[in-house]
Amino acid sequence: MKQQQTPTSEARAAGLTLRGIVKHFGPTRVLDGVDLDIRPGEFLTLVGPSGCGKSTLLRIIAGLEAQSAGSVTIGGRSVDALPPSERDVAMVFQSYALYPHMSVAANIASPLELRRLSLFERLPLLRWLSPRRPRVMREIMTEVRAMAGQLQLEGLLDRRPAQLSGGQRQRVALGRAMVRRPAAFLMDEPLSNLDAKLRVHMRTELAELHARLGATFVYVTHDQIEAMTMSDRVALMDKGRILQLGTPSELYDTPADVTVARFIGSPPINLLEVEASAGGVIRMAGLALRAPGPGRYTIGIRPEALHLGRAAPGLLAARLRRAENLGAEWLLHAETEEGAPLAIRMTAAEHAAADALIGQVLHLSASRAGVHLFGPDGRRVAVEAAVEAPA
Amino acid sequence: MRRGLVPRLLAHAVLLLGAVVMLAPFVWMLLTSIRPAEEVFGAVFNPIPGRFAAPENYARAWNEGNLPRAMLNGAIVCLGILAVQLLAAIPASFALAKLRFRGRGMLFGLVLFGLCVPIQVPALPLYLGLAHAGLLDTYFALMAPFFLTVFGMFLFRQFFRAYPDEVLDAARLDGMGEFEIVWRLATPAALPAIAAFSVFSVVAHWNDLYWPLIVVTSSELATPPLGILAFRDTESGGNYGALMAGAALVTAPLVLAFLVARRAFLRGITMTGLR
Amino acid sequence: MTAPRQRAEARAGAAFALPAFALILALLLAPLAALLALSVTDYRLGAMAVRLVGLDNYAALFADEVFQRSLRNTFLYVAFVLPGAVFGGLGVALLVHARRRSRAFYEVAYFLPVTATLVAMATVWQFMLHPSLGPVSALLRALGFGDVDLLNDPSLALGTLALIGLWQVIGFNMVLFLAGLSAIPRDLYEAAALDGARSGPDRFLRVTWPMLGPTTMFVTITSTITAFKVFDTVVVLTRGGPLGSTETLLYVLYLEGFQYFRTGYAAAMTVVLLAFLVLLSILQARVIDRKVHYA
Ligand SMILES: Nc1ncnc2c1ncn2[C@@H]1O[C@H](COP(=O)(O)OP(=O)(O)O)[C@@H](O)[C@H]1O
Ligand SMILES: [Mg+2]
Repeated sequence: MKQQQTPTSEARAAGLTLRGIVKHFGPTRVLDGVDLDIRPGEFLTLVGPSGCGKSTLLRIIAGLEAQSAGSVTIGGRSVDALPPSERDVAMVFQSYALYPHMSVAANIASPLELRRLSLFERLPLLRWLSPRRPRVMREIMTEVRAMAGQLQLEGLLDRRPAQLSGGQRQRVALGRAMVRRPAAFLMDEPLSNLDAKLRVHMRTELAELHARLGATFVYVTHDQIEAMTMSDRVALMDKGRILQLGTPSELYDTPADVTVARFIGSPPINLLEVEASAGGVIRMAGLALRAPGPGRYTIGIRPEALHLGRAAPGLLAARLRRAENLGAEWLLHAETEEGAPLAIRMTAAEHAAADALIGQVLHLSASRAGVHLFGPDGRRVAVEAAVEAPA
Repeated sequence: MRRGLVPRLLAHAVLLLGAVVMLAPFVWMLLTSIRPAEEVFGAVFNPIPGRFAAPENYARAWNEGNLPRAMLNGAIVCLGILAVQLLAAIPASFALAKLRFRGRGMLFGLVLFGLCVPIQVPALPLYLGLAHAGLLDTYFALMAPFFLTVFGMFLFRQFFRAYPDEVLDAARLDGMGEFEIVWRLATPAALPAIAAFSVFSVVAHWNDLYWPLIVVTSSELATPPLGILAFRDTESGGNYGALMAGAALVTAPLVLAFLVARRAFLRGITMTGLR
Repeated sequence: MTAPRQRAEARAGAAFALPAFALILALLLAPLAALLALSVTDYRLGAMAVRLVGLDNYAALFADEVFQRSLRNTFLYVAFVLPGAVFGGLGVALLVHARRRSRAFYEVAYFLPVTATLVAMATVWQFMLHPSLGPVSALLRALGFGDVDLLNDPSLALGTLALIGLWQVIGFNMVLFLAGLSAIPRDLYEAAALDGARSGPDRFLRVTWPMLGPTTMFVTITSTITAFKVFDTVVVLTRGGPLGSTETLLYVLYLEGFQYFRTGYAAAMTVVLLAFLVLLSILQARVIDRKVHYA
């Protein structure tokens, strides 16, 4: 599968530009001024909690929904006035949206038929009058068979969608999108109807497909793991806005917003309320950080950045409530004196060495790289050269 | 992606034209029912009555013919039929959907077969049987053939099948008997289907002509369609105002019920129509 | 499951099914058996002696001009009603489905005849079609058709009944089609739009029509059965006339069985009717099967 080449694919990648996209449904504002530049050939994922407007944004790109304000450019061409079929994008739907009454072959052939045959040549009965049709259909079927070969659907071409497994339907939907070689693929949670195992497998397959086709992929998901594992870049959305756009590592290592920090990472980041002293110094879990000024902050500590230590002043004390053995790792759930929950992730070896018992008080230190500070507005706060003060 | 103004206007034009045809008989019925007898002849040129004669027409329709009695009979017959239908069909269809017992397959086969047998088929033997028993021209004769509703059994069975088995098992563990389960758990859950079926049943039997025409001869037992037929024959003198008032009276209960409970009616028809 | 539980379940099941079984026996099976038995006798209601006549009734049936005419009229009536009922219902549903604010109004307008008592509305139609007093006749005169008496002209009466039948059934079919239309996933239209379906006919041919296939078959069959059973309007409006041009199957059956009391003969006629209906129902079952197949 990996070796096969689609001849023209390199030339078929378009960049997408969104400027100030706003969408109202009645009084509710679903998209609130979205700007986004998607590079030609990149795998960009829109991720965010359910209802944040991802699908709406994707449907605006596709032309299935009209934006209330703003503009969409695909491959340098403004498409605001174009119907979906002329935007040179293909879409893979969550439900796959296969035509249930058509065979797999007819489903994959559908976009080509609609493009290469006139309405007259597609009408029942009348279509047999067209002298051109048999030749065009033969060409289409050749392409459909080639596509089926690429997607390992050869034996299934005569089946109806209802006779296919979820994974096979997914492939047919991909085939129908790929067969017309669009400049960009739009995918709305395409894996969410698959069982967990197949989902993991299809993740790899989609990533490979992207590499092979070289086309632009815009991928919508609410699953941060999908976003982190497949994408070149991730745009994290919340309440109709893009909070941060960056590579998966950028989002994980330097979250621009407490919402981003909370959304990315599993188990989620530990968030604690802290008070900075008059000099702006925050002492927490063995670290001393210098914030821009005094006041209340939220500090985020990744679970893997917390380490067990011996009782010492300045360390974060928390009572161990529960320990989960994940095999190679352990996940400890503890509670601070203030009652805030804490998750701590460690290797099995670390756990064995520490011998932490349920009910016991743990003394935790944090490593600097996994600690982030957020202001009252939720935005990331740059921590100035921290005063190293191991207590 | 709203479509253009012209296609929309065109659609409205076509629909309005159709709606005029659909509603014309109702409008004409109501207009004539408030028209004095002497104006009926010029009605085509002057549809709005010159004198408001509703009181006399409706009074005549109410008093002269047998319509109040026919409508009361209609209500009695419809409710009687519906009550027995529900009492028999609900437990049976619950058994069909959820209980294993000998004869279940056969019962369901009979239900499916019964679906394609309309009243006109058993009418002849049923008539003979009722005649033999001296029961012709009774409420019982009007209602009895419809006590069996294979259609209702089919509909309820489909509905009960979707009911979660876990809930039933939990109820059994709590000590509920099957009888209680049917009437206290399953029936309330099936209320939408029951409502839909009731609409279907009442509409069918209020309006039915074939069977009442066969078994009823005395005017005390006339159902609404028979009542309007008889009233038409006594009013053959051409008092169309009163006749239309009578038609309006007979049609009113269901039409008003439909206007009030439009959603329930349409759901009932869709559910029962599509099975 | 434990054995006592199983026994209790079987007992309850049998008890619940018993009334239904009894009703089926009394109101369906016994009458059907009696019907078959009657159809091979010369029984007349009130007659003293009964004779077995074998298939004579059936033979007579197919030699009977009245029966043949009623069959012909019934099929003709079905042929008149059916296209309008199916395509009219579909067309109205398509138009109504696209409306938003006015949808409720149109639903009510088109569905009103379904709930209205047909006998009462038939008397209204009789008045509307009255050659001198009715607005329809006046309209036809104004359109230059001259004096037409739709219900008393042998060449027009059946067609007129068919139009009234259509008037009554179209709203019912509209509702069924509307249900079918709302069951079509919006995704499919969107997929078609991206595939390149731009025009209304394209969307209709690629998505709407095939997705409505099972509904259409269902509507066709139920409409056929409904039309096949035309009776009320005949009784109210024409009583089979003029010149037998509106004698339909059920009307003739009614006359033979319950006016002339030729019971054995009517029984044979009923058996033929049942055969038609069973045939149609088998078709219908097939359709429902296919619908399950699609999903
Ligand atoms: N056609 C619509 N009409 C009204 N509200 C809608 C419509 N489509 C989506 N919404 C609302 O817009 C918000 C965003 O929806 P969506 O883009 O589907 O979110 P996501 O895909 O991120 O889960 C939701 O609150 C949803 O209820
Ligand atoms: Mg979504």
